[in-house]
Amino acid sequence: MTQETIIKTKPKAQDYATDQDARWCPGCGDYSILKQVQSVFAELEVDRDNTVFISGIGCSSRFPYYMNTYGMHSIHGRAPAFAAGLRSIKPGLNTWLISGDGDSLSIGGNHFIHALRRNFNINYLLFNNEIYGLTKGQYSPTSEKGKVTKSTPYGSVDHPFNPLALSMGADATFVARSMDRDPKHMRAVLMRAQEHVGTSLVEIYQNCNIFNDGAFFTFTEKETKGNTVLFLEQGKPLIFGANNEKGIVLDGFTPKVVNVADIAAADLWVHDETDRVKAGILARFFDDPSKEGALPRPFGIFYVEKRATYESEMIEQVNKTKVAKVAKLDDLLRGSNTWEIK
Amino acid sequence: MTAVKEIKDVVTILFAGDSGDGIQLTGGQFTDTAALLGNDISTFPNFPAEIRAPIGTVAGVSGFQLNFGSVEIFTPGDQCDVLVVMNAAALKVNIKNLKQGGVIIANTAGFDKKNLRLAKMDEEYTIQNDKKLDGYKVHEVDVTKLTRETLESSGLGTKAVDRSKNMFVLGFLYWMYDRPLTATIEFIESKFKGKQDLIDTNIKVLKAGYHYGETCEAFPTQIVVKAADIEKGVYRNVIGNQAAAIGLIAAAQKAGLELFYGTYPITPASDILHTLSRHKNFDVKTYQAEDEIAAICSAIGASYAGALGVTASSGPGIALKGEAIGLAVSLELPLVIVNVQRGGPSTGLPTKTEQSDLMQAMYGRNGEAPVPIIAAQSPTDCFDAVFEACRIAVEHNTPVFFLSDGYIANGSEPWKVLTSEDLPEIKTEFAAPREETDAPFLAYQRNEKGARPWAIPGTKGLAHRIGGIEKDSVTGNISYDPDNHELMTKLRQAKVDKIADYIPEQKLDNGSFDDKMLILSWGSTYGVVKTAVRDLRAEGLSVAHAHVRYMNPLPKNLGDILKKFDKILMPEMNNGQFVKIIRDKYLVPAIPFNKIQGLPFFTKEVVDKVKEVYNA
Repeated sequence: MTQETIIKTKPKAQDYATDQDARWCPGCGDYSILKQVQSVFAELEVDRDNTVFISGIGCSSRFPYYMNTYGMHSIHGRAPAFAAGLRSIKPGLNTWLISGDGDSLSIGGNHFIHALRRNFNINYLLFNNEIYGLTKGQYSPTSEKGKVTKSTPYGSVDHPFNPLALSMGADATFVARSMDRDPKHMRAVLMRAQEHVGTSLVEIYQNCNIFNDGAFFTFTEKETKGNTVLFLEQGKPLIFGANNEKGIVLDGFTPKVVNVADIAAADLWVHDETDRVKAGILARFFDDPSKEGALPRPFGIFYVEKRATYESEMIEQVNKTKVAKVAKLDDLLRGSNTWEIK
Repeated sequence: MTAVKEIKDVVTILFAGDSGDGIQLTGGQFTDTAALLGNDISTFPNFPAEIRAPIGTVAGVSGFQLNFGSVEIFTPGDQCDVLVVMNAAALKVNIKNLKQGGVIIANTAGFDKKNLRLAKMDEEYTIQNDKKLDGYKVHEVDVTKLTRETLESSGLGTKAVDRSKNMFVLGFLYWMYDRPLTATIEFIESKFKGKQDLIDTNIKVLKAGYHYGETCEAFPTQIVVKAADIEKGVYRNVIGNQAAAIGLIAAAQKAGLELFYGTYPITPASDILHTLSRHKNFDVKTYQAEDEIAAICSAIGASYAGALGVTASSGPGIALKGEAIGLAVSLELPLVIVNVQRGGPSTGLPTKTEQSDLMQAMYGRNGEAPVPIIAAQSPTDCFDAVFEACRIAVEHNTPVFFLSDGYIANGSEPWKVLTSEDLPEIKTEFAAPREETDAPFLAYQRNEKGARPWAIPGTKGLAHRIGGIEKDSVTGNISYDPDNHELMTKLRQAKVDKIADYIPEQKLDNGSFDDKMLILSWGSTYGVVKTAVRDLRAEGLSVAHAHVRYMNPLPKNLGDILKKFDKILMPEMNNGQFVKIIRDKYLVPAIPFNKIQGLPFFTKEVVDKVKEVYNA
């Protein structure tokens, strides 16, 4: 093989694109996520023929049509259930699930929590734009209380979900958050999600520039994000601020913001993504950033746990019974209790 | 004393008592013994709706009806010849199910003041003074007392002793019907293996019941039911749900596929799950999903991955699956949807039977979403019908409905043992891998059956996207083109219609085209209609019978058959569903005949109705 052909076979991001035109609104955050997924695939040299994208319904769920892999655009909220059946039969497939806040947390809330507790080996990308985009602008289960939309002209009275606290509550084995406007961060999180064996839940803050423009700007824009965003890094202290001047300490189970200069470095909370209790507290960093004294919003990998996947246990059980009891169709047809008419 | 022996062709016994009286076990044992003696049999258990209704109450009455004979048997029988009641509530509930002049065997201990109170009967009630029982032969036996006396020296507590009183009843009936005790003794020895005291006591009580019959002068006659003229061979007994489960496994094996069963527990379908989950060694994966919707979606996901995906439920669950069935129609993947029907609407009558989900199976989805439907006609036919549903699903790449109902799902009958060689192969065809130099893969290019390729993720060169949005008729890419949508609607319909070329033509079950009247049945009414038509023809009526199992598409020649008869009567356990389809499709004046009581037809009801229409 010549040097040239080796270079030629190394895939490029566009190799993972289909010939179908993406139909998201110009400026939609979904484009950025699509681009990062394709770029991660190129970097990891993902085998297209061995990869499946399954989605539900909503803007985000059009995603499979734009990936040159296997794909199923299923029905509203049910993508995890299709993935469950698929993985039970073909555990070797690289399986990605694309969903939105309405799809996963409203109509598909049940499947969402059960997928997480069962821990199928899938990369679960939850595009959260805090709005219903495809149906043209109703509030979603992650919209803030009081949200004025087409369906809530006087403001919504719903208390919103905290998706990552819900994921921790459902015993997810990989819980992370990223954002559409930080490609580098997203790429790093997606790599880790792909590496994790189990359900890798990645919430991605995604801007809907038509119906909920700027919902996350305070976390994504240079002017504000220094004070509102806390990037989690394994083994590193929790520090943030325009000049990393602020930090988090734990007072019992209560997180507090401190000036780094005021305390000993050893007193700062050091991130440990394997610590379930602390991950639970981090997931509860969910304050309204506009409020005085608000805790910063964490991004990165909150929690990782090694736990057997559902499909591995299911297949192991089948294999064990096959060894213990050789399957003979004739015996099954005959049953254990027969009589003969002569 | 040697009893007089009387020979009978057919006998129907109904065992009734508390759920805790061991009624199902007693009935099951009598059934097994009858089978061993070569009788033809059919059984029907009647469970109370509540799991553990209060003891002695009407709600807690459990029943087991057994019809056995020296002639061919197709139903568990209409009204019974013998009613065995363990308490007052059982008599109160079931006296209407006993033939005029029939025999009542009553456990008098079940008629004490407490039991009468629990059954909401007059506390002064006695069987002797009940004028309503005048037309019956009543035998009062204090089963409880006799059982206790038998086990006086056993050292067992009263509770344990009373638990074996069903063995007394069974022993007594074995004497009445001149049956050997051997099969039940073997059963007791295996059931209580290692517990010698229980083996001894149960056998002792069984024998005591038998000897009581022998010595008690109240019963001078033994009834003999000779072996039936059944096809020679090895037989087993099978319950409908069990047969369906075995049929699914057999079909998957014959198709060379893994079986994936995604389901959510529901009465009366759960026994299929219970059976399948014990046979994982046959490459069976059972998945108890979080809800009905997830159950079917997981099955579609499994089919997409190249397994035989199956989901099962009863009416309310099928309603929840509707959207996903539509997706399966659109994705054109194999899928078998099992509906063990029960009384509806809504929760309806969960433990009772009905055929009222036919319209749901035919039309219960949004959009134009045709799905083939196959209906089982008897407990053993659940095997054949579900096997056929799998064959059509796999060979035609389509979701298929398999309709059963509570009556045949819980009923049992003898089943001539099949071997795997007796079963037809199911031809599974996956799309072949492609090289980059090959022409691009077209996900919706159809074959001669009108089916699209089954392309499994992981296959080289076949990467493609499918979904519920309308697709281009060849590439499968999203298409909103108006003409394409009309074309796709017609193609999906044509694919289902084309199945008619791959199923047998409709036959008459009895009679000929020269007969005046046709009884057209489907599903679980088969046995009753068959029996009724046999009896009517014996009386000289010019009546034929056709039974439909392929409900959609209907056999190609069905219309021609219908046009040969002056009168068509259609008995259904619903408010008239198949009759609407038949009238709509063939424009024939078929007459509905409906029973909607959560109970199967009696043969007599069909006979009477046929005569009424025949003579009109």
